[in-house]
Amino acid sequence: MTDKNKTSSSGSVLDNALNWVDERFPLTSNIKAHLTEYYAPKNFNFWYFFGSLALLVLVLQILTGIFLTMHYKPDADLAFGSVEYIMRDVPWGWLIRYMHSTGASMFFVVVYLHMFRGLIYGSYRTPRELIWLFGVAIFLALMGEAFFGYLLPWGQMSYWGAQVIVNLFSAIPFIGPDVSEWLRGDYLVSDATLNRFFAFHVIALPFVLAGLVMAHLIALHEVGSNNPDGIEIKKLKDKKTGIPLDGIAFHPYYTVKDLVGVSVFLIVFSAIIFFAPEMGGYFLEANNFVPADPLKTPAHIAPVWYFTPYYSILRAVPPILNSQFPGVAAMGLSVVAFAFLPWLDKSPVKSIRYRGALYKKWLAAFVVSFLVLGYLGTVPSNVWGQFGAWLGGADRATVVARIFTVIYFLFFILMPWYSKKDKTKPVPERVTG
Amino acid sequence: MSDNQNDKQQADSQGGCSASVDLEKRNFLIATSAVGAIGCAAVAVPFVTSMTPSERAKAAGAPVEVDISKIEPGSMMTAEWRGQPVWIIHRTDEMTAELPKHNDQLSDPGCEVTSQQPEYCKNPSRSIKPNVAVVVGICTHLGCSPTEKIKPGGDMGENWTGGFFCPCHGSKFDLAGRVFKGSPAPINLVVPPHKYLSDNTLLIGVDTEEKA
Repeated sequence: MTDKNKTSSSGSVLDNALNWVDERFPLTSNIKAHLTEYYAPKNFNFWYFFGSLALLVLVLQILTGIFLTMHYKPDADLAFGSVEYIMRDVPWGWLIRYMHSTGASMFFVVVYLHMFRGLIYGSYRTPRELIWLFGVAIFLALMGEAFFGYLLPWGQMSYWGAQVIVNLFSAIPFIGPDVSEWLRGDYLVSDATLNRFFAFHVIALPFVLAGLVMAHLIALHEVGSNNPDGIEIKKLKDKKTGIPLDGIAFHPYYTVKDLVGVSVFLIVFSAIIFFAPEMGGYFLEANNFVPADPLKTPAHIAPVWYFTPYYSILRAVPPILNSQFPGVAAMGLSVVAFAFLPWLDKSPVKSIRYRGALYKKWLAAFVVSFLVLGYLGTVPSNVWGQFGAWLGGADRATVVARIFTVIYFLFFILMPWYSKKDKTKPVPERVTG
Repeated sequence: MSDNQNDKQQADSQGGCSASVDLEKRNFLIATSAVGAIGCAAVAVPFVTSMTPSERAKAAGAPVEVDISKIEPGSMMTAEWRGQPVWIIHRTDEMTAELPKHNDQLSDPGCEVTSQQPEYCKNPSRSIKPNVAVVVGICTHLGCSPTEKIKPGGDMGENWTGGFFCPCHGSKFDLAGRVFKGSPAPINLVVPPHKYLSDNTLLIGVDTEEKA
């Protein structure tokens, strides 16, 4: 240690301790690089709350999950009862379980809003392609985590949902049936399946998620955050300090801002936990309060709300050449399609603020498709009755789902064309309000 | 920088880049890496295989004996075989007579897909006894168990002649488990191997040819 550092620490025990650590671990330099001297654009708005909120929910899920595993039993004969035991007999067990089940839905709420932010401000564009790809991977891991976790209460919806999703893999030509048998570890969803899904849910995927989140943040801090104007603040720096003119330090400015977001989020989160933990059957489905019965499928089965847009797409695609594979492939593609956005978008501008009417119309059509498909996925396909003989007596809802499935995919497929043709506005040098 | 230049001069003096490569050492590194990779792949085998059905799961597929004497004509019962629901439907004569009439609405009326029924059930009623249908109640789409809609009409529409409706994705089957065109399910429901031990006793899981 040099003399200069010694004088600056001038006897304070805390400073000495910090120096001692810094000589052995890059603590101060990391705090600077990622918090106090990480410069984020000063024009972040409402949409920039959801990244930090997603991190908060991840931490909440891990914490509540640890406490749930202390009481839960991953055994087909005991699982359902152990969840009821947590709800009724474990002190505060109901709170921890409702935090976990509500957390799952809120995770998807904030992640969908976070993704939408990326869409409207072009956060996936150069040089942020890898941030976006890590994000898509996080989204996939999150879907896996939610799916595996949903089997654990071993209710009717758990059981038949897992049955349907695992069978999706058997639609893959040639190797499919073996793959789904391998995933189940049995000829049907059984104790073996429950036990391994527990392992995936509590160990495998949380590790993957944590790693991906770290990669997502490292990539973000390497290239810097995008902003609502979609311009690079690193282009204009203060000549003396080298700090971007439109940048402010993440800590304290954005940590304080995010705390406001956290407070509002926790108010909403608590309100749901205490007043509507089942959310009218959308967060916890009624049929899941019935123990799994391998001999009887409930009269109406639907996935939890966050999977319904993709489920609608699966239902909408008819079998082709006696194979259900096209529907399964379309569903898979509808999720993975997001990964291609950085290369599909040919617009000269990033942010929706400087895009033309054409892009806005397509984005609106996509959002409407997503919401309509999401709604249709929660209801039976005969909910709106049937068309007459002129359309072969087809279910109205199925026809509507097919139309919106086509729009959903056209948003991606036609993007290279309409994003280029779109009349854009000039982008300012500096960030605006 | 100066190191690089030295290296380059050295390489040049030895007659080009390739001469500076120690081929023996490179081959050794390639060989050891390959052996390492093969070792890793070999270690993965037990882990991947450990996830396939266990010996206990394989042994659980014993045949099931079912007494069918108590099924009223026009109704059905569900037995459990290998953890799956097996429907035994006692069809009335009218129901059996109805079967060939809607052949034009079916994907595979003649049961040509041989994996879906034993050879002895490849007939118009898909059964050994025309009035008793035995079908695995698992939809060939994504494995839900369809709901019984044996009675004609009702909430299935006035053209419905009786059969099964899958609540998951809307597949429709007739009273012989044959799938209607336009359903997400690609093929007919499975008829399991079965035989009659007596008039009213059915053994599910064993063929007539095999010894029980």
